[in-house]
Amino acid sequence: MENRIDHMKYLEGMEVIDSDIPDRVIKAMNDYEPESFKATDVTNALRKEILSPADFAALLSPAAEPYLEQIAARAKEETRKHFGNSVMMFTPLYIANYCENHCIYCGFNCMNKIHRAKLSPEEIDHEMKLIAETGLEEVLILTGESRKMSDVKYIGEACKIASKYFRVIGLEIYPLNVDEYRYLQECGADYVTVFQETYDSDRYETLHLAGHKRIFPYRFNAQERAIMGGMRGVGFAALLGLSDFRKDAFATGMHAYLLQKKYPHAEIAFSCPRLRPTINHDEINPKDVHERQLFQVMCAYRIFMPFASMTISTRERAGFRDHVIGVAATKISAGVSTGIGGHSGEEEKGDAQFIISDPRTVDEVRDAIKAMGCQPVFNDYVRV
Amino acid sequence: MNNDKLIIGGHEFTSRFILGSGKFSVRDTKTVLENGGVEMATLSVRRANTGDQENILDFIPQGITLLPNTSGARTADEAVRIARLAREMGCGDFVKIEIIRDSKYLLPDNEETVKATEILAKEGFIVMPYMMPDLAAARKLEAAGAASIMPLAAPIGSNKGLCTKDFIKIICEETDLPVIVDAGIGKPSQACEAMELGCAAVMANTAIATAGDIALMAKAFKLAVEAGRLAYIAKTGRVLENRGEASSPLTGFLHD
Repeated sequence: MENRIDHMKYLEGMEVIDSDIPDRVIKAMNDYEPESFKATDVTNALRKEILSPADFAALLSPAAEPYLEQIAARAKEETRKHFGNSVMMFTPLYIANYCENHCIYCGFNCMNKIHRAKLSPEEIDHEMKLIAETGLEEVLILTGESRKMSDVKYIGEACKIASKYFRVIGLEIYPLNVDEYRYLQECGADYVTVFQETYDSDRYETLHLAGHKRIFPYRFNAQERAIMGGMRGVGFAALLGLSDFRKDAFATGMHAYLLQKKYPHAEIAFSCPRLRPTINHDEINPKDVHERQLFQVMCAYRIFMPFASMTISTRERAGFRDHVIGVAATKISAGVSTGIGGHSGEEEKGDAQFIISDPRTVDEVRDAIKAMGCQPVFNDYVRV
Repeated sequence: MNNDKLIIGGHEFTSRFILGSGKFSVRDTKTVLENGGVEMATLSVRRANTGDQENILDFIPQGITLLPNTSGARTADEAVRIARLAREMGCGDFVKIEIIRDSKYLLPDNEETVKATEILAKEGFIVMPYMMPDLAAARKLEAAGAASIMPLAAPIGSNKGLCTKDFIKIICEETDLPVIVDAGIGKPSQACEAMELGCAAVMANTAIATAGDIALMAKAFKLAVEAGRLAYIAKTGRVLENRGEASSPLTGFLHD
């Protein structure tokens, strides 16, 4: 090992909060043995109205695979109960792709030779105006993880501009301290999603070689700090395929479960990404997370936490996305570009983070939602 | 029977079936309203306040009284602001207060609901608060100026029916306000039962939205609510539960 810093030790300026959630999640994950579950654990779990963490673990296990049809039926029932036939639509906007981290699987990583750029406030305004013209009312603002190149103030300005055009503003940026989340909430942000990537700390250490992101516990507590800072909702995700996906999915669910228990008003969301090829890294492929396993994970999240919002990524093909909405997923992106400045139709200023598999426009996705018998919804928040 | 009107905040309604509208395709809303004989439908302010996309307001026919709700509010303060926004949007003076600080079960917070009711009633709103069926809270809501009381039958979306039946009954006995069962009704028979108990109206959403044929189910609810109301007015006869009974086992001797 070269001179890699201790990934468990906070760096200067990183706020420490008093929380037992990470330890409890890690313990639960370490105790989870996916192979130990039997078919009866799965069928018993499906018979229950409110599932325990052990039931959730059963639904994620290999023993549940033969029951995928029944699991999907139950997931659909829960989705219908809690969301009716509504499917939320949004689009991400990448405003910068500078990154100080060296994460070996990511297209934005600081060692990857890509075109770096950040949008000026005028360019953000222009991009957002174009997005708003498509009818969307929710935007997800993303940056690469560079405090230096995309500081909190810069992101705050983006939120303020977004407030002019959108009713809901999400953030997918580097983890912040409580007061910084509070500042962005005041600038207009509603929810924060942080991908933990993997909950397996040893594996995490070998994937995130340098940068702030290397500090595992600071990232782990990001959602709790966001709630403490007044954010309305928080999103959770493991990038499935980085480690044992069943254990990572279990940890993701437990993280959300324990946080919601501690903060009952917090709105919970899941994202369900798996590894996709990235620029200059075509050799990375999902090893064991095929569509079937991904769908199993999504349905397990749904049945365990029926009230949670769930986003289906554009990393997945259109046919898969269309069939998981209304069954497990409740939220879908449309008109997606993962490059910097990709909505203006002009040449992108910076390269994309990953290759998307569903390039459909807002109108096309809206029609697809209707074709599945669901109702496209552009806004489900009122900020007062 | 034509004189049997539901009166809320001085407004008269013939229909006692209120539709929750958040779980349909907006294009289906009109069908459900018509088949259900609905005169009042809720409107989620957070959904309605929208741009040029399919706006639910465009699908609700004239003549239907809008009942904007404050869903999404977690505090009295937020509910008050959403209610004011609804009024500014031209949704009228009715407001259904929904204050939920629990994203898992979506159970209402009675304490915050009382606070919001008091503020909004003073501002001239016709306040219809959604609540956990608790008599003390119902009395506070009445004192705060509520126009009706809307206790839940079971958790929202659960379709479980009258889980809180005994407590709803108590509130029906003790309040002079119309009591409208608001959440958890899953089948027409349960709506009918709520009406037989003396509830003034029933609200449903998920039960219809998740039905195989939503138009037919809307009609079934309409008929069930009407049947229950008729039964209430007719006063149910002696219903024997679990055991037979001599006609006057304890006082018969007095006639000897």
